[in-house]
Amino acid sequence: MIWAIYFAIASLLAIGIYGVITKKNLMKIFISISIMETGVNLMLIAIGYIPGGTAPIENGDFTTYVDPLPQALVLTAIVIGVSVLALALVMVINYYEKNKTLEYRRLMKW
Amino acid sequence: MIESIIAWVMALLAFIAAVYAVEAKDLLSSAISAGIASLVVSILFLMLHAPDVAITEASIGAGLTMAIFVYSIGRTERWEK
Amino acid sequence: MRRMAGIVLAALLFACIMYAFTFVKTYDYNSSDYYYTDPIEGGKVNETVTGHYIENTKNETGAINAVTAIVVEYRGFDTLGEVTVLFTASTGVSMLLYSLHQRRKRREANLILKEGSKIVLPFILLTGAYIFIHGHLTPGGGFPGGSVIASGFLLMMVAYPKYFLKESRVSITESVAGMIFVLIGMLGLVFASYFLENFLSLGDVGRLFSAGIIPIIYIAIGFKVGAELSGIMNNLKGVEE
Repeated sequence: MIWAIYFAIASLLAIGIYGVITKKNLMKIFISISIMETGVNLMLIAIGYIPGGTAPIENGDFTTYVDPLPQALVLTAIVIGVSVLALALVMVINYYEKNKTLEYRRLMKW
Repeated sequence: MIESIIAWVMALLAFIAAVYAVEAKDLLSSAISAGIASLVVSILFLMLHAPDVAITEASIGAGLTMAIFVYSIGRTERWEK
Repeated sequence: MRRMAGIVLAALLFACIMYAFTFVKTYDYNSSDYYYTDPIEGGKVNETVTGHYIENTKNETGAINAVTAIVVEYRGFDTLGEVTVLFTASTGVSMLLYSLHQRRKRREANLILKEGSKIVLPFILLTGAYIFIHGHLTPGGGFPGGSVIASGFLLMMVAYPKYFLKESRVSITESVAGMIFVLIGMLGLVFASYFLENFLSLGDVGRLFSAGIIPIIYIAIGFKVGAELSGIMNNLKGVEE
């Protein structure tokens, strides 16, 4: 089961970086960045998995728990990711109102 | 055994959704496909025994991120190029 | 040309990551390599960070959920930083969209969505409130609870085109919740030794009013995250006319 998750992580990161390098539309670049963030959060939790463990909420029957420390950090990272994405998209809207196009060529012209 | 089959099916779904999100010409389809990728990753979180992160990713990734993209596309253009 | 470079780089990254994952060994913190004998008291102590958190959560904090104890009690200062980042992003969105308005004809939603959303909205808000109040007993906490509340308000905005939240109420809720969080930290400095220390009594494990300051802080965080995400959606939707 773990190798299926490793395959999903590698494919999400690779497709995300292909989208950032190749595409010219600003909205498409931000969609690719959001896909890459999802992949990184999945990787942080997949590293802390112990086979045969259970969720880190204490009950009397089990003795082996899954690592709770990466889960606490990923909880913060997901919320920060969505708020930074909202601020970036508002800047894209302002850029569109000035230049009437969504390609980034005008940014390189000064 | 059944766990492995479900994990492989979800990984393939995430791969196909990510490829379609980057290659589509219609920006609305691309945003919805990114939401599908987030939802499938939330199911993978549940299989890795992390329930708090699964609830957070399902409500933020599949709901609020997609809504932010749809509102932004409404104020700019819908078709690429 | 650029496409070729993109495909080659993506394939190289895929191969490198899959190769790096063959070196990962399962890290079992229960194995006897990580225990050492305490020289003063003579018991066996786990020397890893994760082992210490899992063994001592119930005794030191009174919470059952280990992730909640880490986010609020052991690493509470990082949560304060994260709340600051959310506040900055919400203020930035509100400031940058101040002068743009939208002139677009909006269509009414159909009947099922309009009548159904009026019935479902109280249950969505109740679920969100349940998730952040019982943060120390069941999975969840402040951040998922606030997101569920924000998605309930998003449903109302989708069903009714003329529905807007009042800016002053959202802003007052968010500010008061943030101030309660910092105030409880300062009270920890007054009554005990350091900022954000648990100064209330721990109570019985497993009841609702237990675990000291953890439910109070999570209620404040739930209100704050819900109000901020609803405010971002409200600003992106448009301006009330």
